[in-house]
Parts: sequence; C-alpha cells; structure tokens
Amino acid sequence: MTSPEHRAAPEAASDIVVAAEDVHFAIGGRRIFSGLTLRARRGRITAVMGPSGTGKTTLLRLITAQAYPDSGRLTVWGRDVTTLRSREVFAMRTRMGMLFQNGALLTDIDVFENVAFPLREHTSLPEPLIRDIVLTKLHAVGLRGAARLMPAELSGGMARRVALARAIVMDPELLIYDEPFVGLDPIALGVILRLIQKMNEALGLTSIVVSHDVHELETIADDSYLISEGRVVASGTPQELGAGGSPIVQQFMSGSPDGPVPFHYPAPDYAAELLDGAAAPGEGP
Amino acid sequence: MSTEGSPIVREGPILRALQHIGATFLFALQLLAQCGPALARPGLIVRQIYNAGARSLIIIMLSGISTGAVLGLQGDNLLQRFGSENYLGIAAAFGLLKELGPVLTALLFAGRAGTALTSEIGMMRATDQLTAMEMMAVDPLRYVAAPRFLGGLIAMPLLTAVFNAVGLYGAQLIGVEEMGVDRGAFWSEMQSSIALADVRESIVKSLVFGFVASLIAVYEGYYSDGTAEGVGLATTRTVVASSVLTLLLDYVLSAVFL
Repeated sequence: MTSPEHRAAPEAASDIVVAAEDVHFAIGGRRIFSGLTLRARRGRITAVMGPSGTGKTTLLRLITAQAYPDSGRLTVWGRDVTTLRSREVFAMRTRMGMLFQNGALLTDIDVFENVAFPLREHTSLPEPLIRDIVLTKLHAVGLRGAARLMPAELSGGMARRVALARAIVMDPELLIYDEPFVGLDPIALGVILRLIQKMNEALGLTSIVVSHDVHELETIADDSYLISEGRVVASGTPQELGAGGSPIVQQFMSGSPDGPVPFHYPAPDYAAELLDGAAAPGEGP
Repeated sequence: MSTEGSPIVREGPILRALQHIGATFLFALQLLAQCGPALARPGLIVRQIYNAGARSLIIIMLSGISTGAVLGLQGDNLLQRFGSENYLGIAAAFGLLKELGPVLTALLFAGRAGTALTSEIGMMRATDQLTAMEMMAVDPLRYVAAPRFLGGLIAMPLLTAVFNAVGLYGAQLIGVEEMGVDRGAFWSEMQSSIALADVRESIVKSLVFGFVASLIAVYEGYYSDGTAEGVGLATTRTVVASSVLTLLLDYVLSAVFL
C-alpha cells in the first residue's frame, strides 16, 4: 500500500505514456479533479478505479483531449495535451484505441465495415488487404463468423468485442477501456478480461482500464490507482491496495455499503422529517 | 471548464435566442467547410438523398395531388364568378410554382426528413457514436453531418419539382375532368403565361428552404442532449424552427422576387 504521494523507483521518461500532474478540472461549477496525479507506463495495464461519479470517464476525456484541464499538467507521450492543435490531437488519436462502455459501434454499417472503418478513413490500402486485416482482428476477438451481422444483432458482450477489434485495427500504442465490464454476463466478462490481457501481451500495448469492478481488475492490472473526491487516494499493485489503507480504500476494496462514502444521500434528520408531516420531502435545514 | 469566479450572467430569452443563432451560424460555417471533403464520398450523399428524398416521395405526392385538387376546385369556383375559368391552369401553376410547392414541400420535409435526421444524429450522439468517430480521428462533421446536410439540400428541389408536377396533375384532374374547364385552354394558357423566371423562383425557394431545414435538422441532432428526452426536444425544435423560418423566409423571398 502506498500513499498518493508515493513515487515508484525512478522511471525512464520514455516509459511514461500518460502523466497527470496536479490536474484540476471542474464542469459547470462542480469540481471533478483537485490535484490528480497519476502515471501510465509503457507495456503495462494501469487500472483507474473509484466509486461511481468520481470522474473516471472524465479522466479519459482529458487524456484523449476531448476536454482540457483547468490547471496542472497532463502529458501523453511527453506532449502537453493543452498545447496540441486540432490536427495534432487527431494525429495523437490515431495512435490510440478506445473501447467505449456500450461499444459505440456505428449502427448503420455491419460488423466488418465497423472494423474496417478506421482503415478506410486513414489508409488507402487495397481492398483485399483491408479484408485480411479486418478478418484477422475479428478472429482475434473470436467473431470472424459475425462479420456480416449488423450491430443491432449483437449481444452486449459481442458488441464490446467488435469494438475492441475496431480499437486495435490501426495497431495503436495505447488502448483505453471505459468501464469494459459493465452489464456483462460472467462468460462475456471472462472473455473481455482475457482479451484485455492478451492484447496487452501480444501487441505490446499500453492499456488504461477505467472501472469500478475491483476483483476483475485485480486479476489483470499491473498498476492501480484509486480515485476519490477528485484525487488519487491510493496507488500501487491491486494486491497492495487490497492489503489495507485508509477507510475509504478499505470500503471500496471490500465493497462495504456504508463508510466514508455514505449509504444515504445527504438528507435532513430522519426522525425530524417524519415527525414534521407538513415539511415537503427534501426540505430541511 | 470551470465557471467558478466568472461573473454571473442572467440568461434571458433574448440572450438565449441570440446564443442559439450565433451557435447555429458558427456550426453552418464549420459544416460548409466540411462539404467539400464530403463530396469525395458521393456514395454517402446518394444514400442520404435516398433517405431524405425517395423515402418522402409518397407523402409529397399525396400532399401534392390533394393541394392541386383543392386548387382546381376553389380556383374554378372563383374564376367562374368572373367567367375566367379558362385561366385555371395559370392560377394553379402560379400558386404551385411560386408558393405552395416550395413552402408545403419544406413543411413536409421538416416533418418527415428533418425529424428523422435530428433523431438519427441525436441517437448517434446518445450512443457515443460521434465521440467514437472523434476518437478514431474522423471528424463526424465530415462523415455524418455534411452528407446528411447535402442530401437534404439536393433532395428538396427534387421533391418540390415532384410536388409541383403532381399538384398540376391534381388541378387538371379536378378542374378539367370534373369541373369541365377546357383542357386546351388549361394547358395553353399556362404555357403562354408561366415564364422561366417563375420556375427559377420555385427552384431558388426550394434550395433556400432545403438549406435552412437541413441545417437546423443536422444542428439540433448534433448538439442534442444525449438522452431520450433530449433527442425528443431536439426533434420538436427542428419542426418548429424549420416551419417558422420557412414561412418567414417565404415572405422575404417573395418580396425579393417581386
């Protein structure tokens, strides 16, 4: 178990793919990050965990330059994302793959065309080569036989596997997963877990997995960060995180319904509200 | 982005309307900039012409023939009072080409194709498809918005032409076949009095209405709130804004052409 201020052994700068240093970010007056610091290292699977609503997906939006920090420094491959022009942002994204929570497949084209989409947009490869690449990627996720199905015909797990094939079709260096385990049955979940691990090893990728599924991440993550209230409250290997720490880390890792993150949404005193029949729900001091 | 510390601005309806107009204008500029690159993919545009145009044909033809029939009926009724029923062809063509054709087609277009465009793009926003494109370094304005905008823009004059043609047939059907107006007079008076400028006015109006209706439909879908309620509201705004603007612009264009 390490504190947020923990710094690992000196790393080569080239090993750091994503680095957030004291990042502050707010949306509509609501503070999301207040001094977030974390790193994702080359060739490793970095897990970013935290209770719902802590801004895990927002972190991915910052990394992919869909939004920019209010202050602090966020670098991807050594480049500060706030200084990138739109052309450079697009160039950066061609080196990334992203797996969305719901797959985000294009619904008006079939599975094959979905996977071929980035190739057709960014390369002028001949059709036979595109076909071979797409079938190779679909084979890797076990869905070569589903190439001509439409997205509406896929189950949730299959859609996510197709999205994974699409995310790796351009051979990215960084693969980002946004809540990849949500809503999956145990078999589909096991498949996705195995694929994340396999992709990282076989393709030499760097992976960032954002999720609140602690036990799934424990099995695949090399490094883990736990975010709460806008900052990293614990970091280390999943085992180190599980070994103990502050009350909030313990509550999160054990899944306790009550603790530093309360079961009840803030409300006036229960007894007083029940006795005060005239007061409308939610009214109180 | 943080809004803490920024001065509190009370947004009234006028300020919100101005913001909306400004945002739509900026969106139009970005969209037009992407129309050139989008032309490199004619297949996408043809598909949208099919969606916005061919799929609206039935409703356009039904409305056209009804409108023409009413023109034949009421026109004959009015012109008979002056003993001028032979001019029914001119009256019907004049009304259809210059006003009823472009305006009614635009209103029907907003209700049929415009709402379909808004809800389709809105659902793409809600299901992260547009964000996924951005993440694949593909500009959704070029791949999604521009082909749909161009498809609508091209489909509108074609639909208006169909509406006009079917409308004239409807006027002839009632005026000539039912009310007994002379067939020769109906067509020859129309041929001699309707000028190319009248046809041009019809085309220009339909292009302008097509531009406005397609722009609004694409804009509302593109910036809709990614929820079921958000997409529903955006679809409503598309119909209301397109219809009102069509009627306002019709007066302006009519005044310009006169």
